[in-house]
Amino acid sequence: MPDGALPVLDVRDLKTVFQTRGGEVHAVNDVSFSLKPGELLGVVGESGSGKSVTMMSLLGLLPSPPADVRNGTVTFDGMDLLNVTPEQLRSVRGGKIGFVFQDPMTSLNPVYQVGFQIMEPLRKHMGMNKREAAKRAQELLELVGIPDAKRRLDDYPHQFSGGMRQRVMIAIALACDPQVLIADEPTTALDVTIQAQILELMKELRDKLGMAVIWITHDLGVIAGIADRVMVMYGGQVVEHAPVQELFGNPQHPYTRALLKTIPSIAGERAARLTVIEGQPPIMAGAPTSCPFRDRCDVAMDRCAVQNPPRYDLGDGHDAACFYDARTGGPRDA
Amino acid sequence: MLDEGNKPLVSVKDLKMHFPIFAGLLRRRVGEVKAVDGVSFDVMEGETLGLVGESGCGKSTCGRAVLRLYDITSGSIEIDNREIGATPQTELRGMRPTMQMVFQDPQASLNPRMTVEDIIKEPLDEHTTGTDAEKREKVGELMDAVGLNRKFAKRYPHAFSGGQRQRIGIARALALNPKFIVCDEPIAALDVSIQAQVVNLLEDLQEQFGLTYLFISHDLSMVRHIATRVAVMYLGKIVELAPREALYAEPLHPYTKALLSAVPEPDPSLARATERIILQGDVPSPSNPPEGCNFCTRCPSVMDICKRVEPDYREVHPGRFTACHLYNDTNDTAGQTAGHEAQELTNKENLE
Repeated sequence: MPDGALPVLDVRDLKTVFQTRGGEVHAVNDVSFSLKPGELLGVVGESGSGKSVTMMSLLGLLPSPPADVRNGTVTFDGMDLLNVTPEQLRSVRGGKIGFVFQDPMTSLNPVYQVGFQIMEPLRKHMGMNKREAAKRAQELLELVGIPDAKRRLDDYPHQFSGGMRQRVMIAIALACDPQVLIADEPTTALDVTIQAQILELMKELRDKLGMAVIWITHDLGVIAGIADRVMVMYGGQVVEHAPVQELFGNPQHPYTRALLKTIPSIAGERAARLTVIEGQPPIMAGAPTSCPFRDRCDVAMDRCAVQNPPRYDLGDGHDAACFYDARTGGPRDA
Repeated sequence: MLDEGNKPLVSVKDLKMHFPIFAGLLRRRVGEVKAVDGVSFDVMEGETLGLVGESGCGKSTCGRAVLRLYDITSGSIEIDNREIGATPQTELRGMRPTMQMVFQDPQASLNPRMTVEDIIKEPLDEHTTGTDAEKREKVGELMDAVGLNRKFAKRYPHAFSGGQRQRIGIARALALNPKFIVCDEPIAALDVSIQAQVVNLLEDLQEQFGLTYLFISHDLSMVRHIATRVAVMYLGKIVELAPREALYAEPLHPYTKALLSAVPEPDPSLARATERIILQGDVPSPSNPPEGCNFCTRCPSVMDICKRVEPDYREVHPGRFTACHLYNDTNDTAGQTAGHEAQELTNKENLE
């Protein structure tokens, strides 16, 4: 990962609120991160932690109402994506920023041939004619490793297996040579052997095409194998952010530490009993006034109940949002 | 390891479950999906047998067929010394209390219009006599056992989180004091931090009530945690069955090797150091399996014989079963039954 390069995507203080009958749900709270060219940023969190909503907010993919992107700036290509016209945003989506969705079964249109679906962004964004687009579509299918690409362009999504469909989704996302690829749980619906194929493919494509990737997942194992930097989300906030080795070797936030202990490993020592994070994930009603992890935290202090901890910089690109300093074993001085 | 683990509680022999395919105007039978195609295994009393495999390999069908939720195509199933392979469903009803199931999706397997109390009480109403007050007390005890607050008995499933709903499903399965429970991907729909809670609960209950589990999952690291022995399925057949430590330390079948190497390792230095075996292609269709070995289309160490002759499922080392031509030259211990061997193995473990 090139150090010091200008970030290709920079998100500051993003805040998304859903209006529901039960009141406001603060799904994304002041999320900030940046992405350098060619970098692979992993985003980890449980369901409801706000990782998908964050990515959808910055591309304007959430229906409004109920969603309301209240605050923040998203700098990409000299534009603030939160303050552009719908036309400008459309030219970015699927063009310079590609998006791979979680479920390959439902994100392809069943009544169109996959060739048509890959050619659609090419004709829209790149202004290609039909023949050029067909040629490029074939190249893309070959790029993602689908055999007999030319013939398969005329097939419908149901004629592909799950792994193949996910490859088609990746081909569509890659169609216009994006600078940023956002992959939202792209392998969660797939089996492990197919997942391994897709992970290899992504690493290969990232090296070959030099694009930056945001990889959203709840699987720490996947992150360990693929990411350069990792952002851990909990309760709609970034609780920890660090280079991958640092995060796994020296986790600072109690949630990250607990999460790493919860998952059994396939190699190494087998624990007699799994470590459990007691309690339930938070309900994000109302603006946060306290630490979202407080109720499940084993080092919670009085202060955690009245103040939401900011992200403390710990040096070396590592930060954690916690009042407890794991290094000294005591409270952190603000 | 386990005191009671020396005789099989469940014994499955050559179980087949084929689903017919009908096609054409006249809905003629044109073929069949061989979801489970000749599977044999034993589950010892008090043990947890893990059944792993990718989606579509037939592991869930196998679990359901063992409980006779289907009318099986052929084979024998013996549970608690009773052969149930061909028993009619009406007669099976009386035997249901010994064998129960925990389903994958806690959302879909609980009736949204019944209160938690009614859901857990339903098997008691069906199979036991006793006053309503006694049954309610029993429901309370069950809720305590699975860690649900008794005060919530009158609530409906939608008021609970995924992990809590799975606890309701487990309480319902426990209601009739079963001996054998099939857990069909009980944690697949749950978040990582909740998965550990449910797995610990299953382990506690096993100890407390002396339960025997068939634990079906695609999560190999979780199976390593919970299972005593592990069976790996591929395209309707068991390709390998071995004690947990042996299977994870030294997998025999090429498919098991590939499957284990594909599991993401949550340690970046280890993850980048391990050499992955990336399998090419997809699983063939179970309605049209390849000739010879089912895995021959994707196997990295495929030989000529694999494409012609189907390998026998047999014991290649004591307690370790596999179906692969690579192990043809190892000592043949054919003639000894699977159960017998596994028994010896568990006895050995007891001594250790």
